Amino acid sequence: MNYIIEGLINGILMGSIYGLTALGLTIIFGVLKVINFAHGSLLMVGMYVAYWAVSLSGLHPYLTLVVVVPVMYLFGYYLQDIVIKPIFKAEREVREPITVIIVTTGVWYILDNLTLLVFGPQYRSIQDNPLRGKMLEFGEMLISVPKLWGFFAAIITAGSVYWFLQKTRTGRAIRATSLDRDAASLMGIKQYRVYNIAFGIGTATAGIAGVTLVPFYNVFPTVGVLFDIKGFIIVVLGGLGSIGGAILGGIIIGLIESVGPQFMAATWTEAIVYGLFLLVLFVKPSGLFGVRYDW
Amino acid sequence: MAFLEVKNIDVYYGDVQVIFDLSLHVEEGEVVSIIGGNGAGKSTLLKTISGLLHPSRGEVSFEGNAIQAASPDKIVEYGIVQVPEGRRLFTLMTVKDNLVVGGYNSRASQHVDKMIDEVYTLFPRLSERESQLAMTLSGGEQQMVAIGRGIMARPKLLMLDEPSLGLAPLLIKNIFETVRKIADQGTTVLLVEQDVKHSLSLSDRGYVLEHGRVAMEGTAKTLLDDPHIKTAYLGL
Ligand SMILES: Nc1ncnc2c1ncn2[C@@H]1O[C@H](COP(=O)(O)OP(=O)(O)O)[C@@H](O)[C@H]1O
Ligand SMILES: [Mg+2]
Repeated sequence: MNYIIEGLINGILMGSIYGLTALGLTIIFGVLKVINFAHGSLLMVGMYVAYWAVSLSGLHPYLTLVVVVPVMYLFGYYLQDIVIKPIFKAEREVREPITVIIVTTGVWYILDNLTLLVFGPQYRSIQDNPLRGKMLEFGEMLISVPKLWGFFAAIITAGSVYWFLQKTRTGRAIRATSLDRDAASLMGIKQYRVYNIAFGIGTATAGIAGVTLVPFYNVFPTVGVLFDIKGFIIVVLGGLGSIGGAILGGIIIGLIESVGPQFMAATWTEAIVYGLFLLVLFVKPSGLFGVRYDW
Repeated sequence: MAFLEVKNIDVYYGDVQVIFDLSLHVEEGEVVSIIGGNGAGKSTLLKTISGLLHPSRGEVSFEGNAIQAASPDKIVEYGIVQVPEGRRLFTLMTVKDNLVVGGYNSRASQHVDKMIDEVYTLFPRLSERESQLAMTLSGGEQQMVAIGRGIMARPKLLMLDEPSLGLAPLLIKNIFETVRKIADQGTTVLLVEQDVKHSLSLSDRGYVLEHGRVAMEGTAKTLLDDPHIKTAYLGL
């Protein structure tokens, strides 16, 4: 019984972190209607920024958010502004422009290979940080402290993004653009600036996910790929464009991965994940928690 | 110089030309109707004035500024505001948020609260529904939000694309009365309609669009009395 509870708790913790890694994907899709294939690479860049910030400063990993969030926001903002926007403008007529998807794939390759070139292929991990390997004990149950921090980071980040979109002037402009980009520009909203901001926010959340991962996860140039596929599955499960859905979708995956192996061979859990993914695509393509419409 | 001047424009969707060498003008304080059947190019013309499309030839100017290459948000800043065909509300946002977003330009953003009061005075129904999602409203209420959103932008020139489309006769009358009220308060109006009788009777002048060209123009009265218009558009 204890391990089932322990499995459930760890599944929820790790799952919410998965959800956090996918949050940016769902935000960017919600606004730009483009699957950002570079999202895993943005997560990877976030992990490197966090890794170096912690290693060089020796600070508590979560204190580096002060650096990671603005750096990643600006990185995403200008990546969209300089690299992706020109393609968008060229394909103005198209609602889900395929060439933009190809460009994001290019960005993925370039970022991963640049990182390989600059930092080499080696796995890096932060040796002495206050979260590394820490466990909380409840009787016989062990709860990972860095994952617990990650859980809170995921909930707070998703909640803040949601609040921002609902309650602020810029947030309303983003929602309006995601619902109807032409109607939004007829209101005087600068469509491409909204795209930049949405890309910036999505990239910043990837940075936050990077910070939650570095205390217990290795950093290497292709680390993003591991989270990419999971990210797509999560975002489809939760409903493309849905913020709460990303976190809940992540938790579902986390639970299947942590509780599943107690009942079956671990490889089966992967089959269940993909099976669920296909089932949702067939039965409710808007996702378990998505609305039929966009936001 | 005209308030809004459209001069010899050609507009294409890809390779398909939809508007041919079209010219028209609107003077400050006027109500001008553009009438014409389905596919005549009325919406395309409004989208071109709003900057969603750009003419491949010709000029559009507003208060002396050339705007044919400007982006839609810039054109809103100049004071041209379009209430698009089919309402195009932000369906999953509340009525109030729809209206607030209507005021997202630098001429309007200081006056949002005041403008919301004005819209609620014009459409008391909307103040009862302000926290409902726009998609849950009836067609008539949705059109009120669409027009209200246009008013929120404090337009100098308000362009309405078929505001009566899909509404019951009683509501249609209501909407046209509202348009007249807006004009009486000093806003210049460019009205696109298929309901020729209603729209011409509240307008000063009109243009008839056929196959992307101006087929006829004149004062509302001459157009209403014209035999071609009577047979082709009024079914008399
Ligand atoms: N997005 C589009 N792409 C291609 N052709 C279009 C598009 N929108 C409209 N058209 C065509 O342009 C012509 C004029 O359409 P439109 O301006 O919508 O007419 P109206 O508003 O007068 O009914 C029609 O023949 C229509 O089929
Ligand atoms: Mg039309």
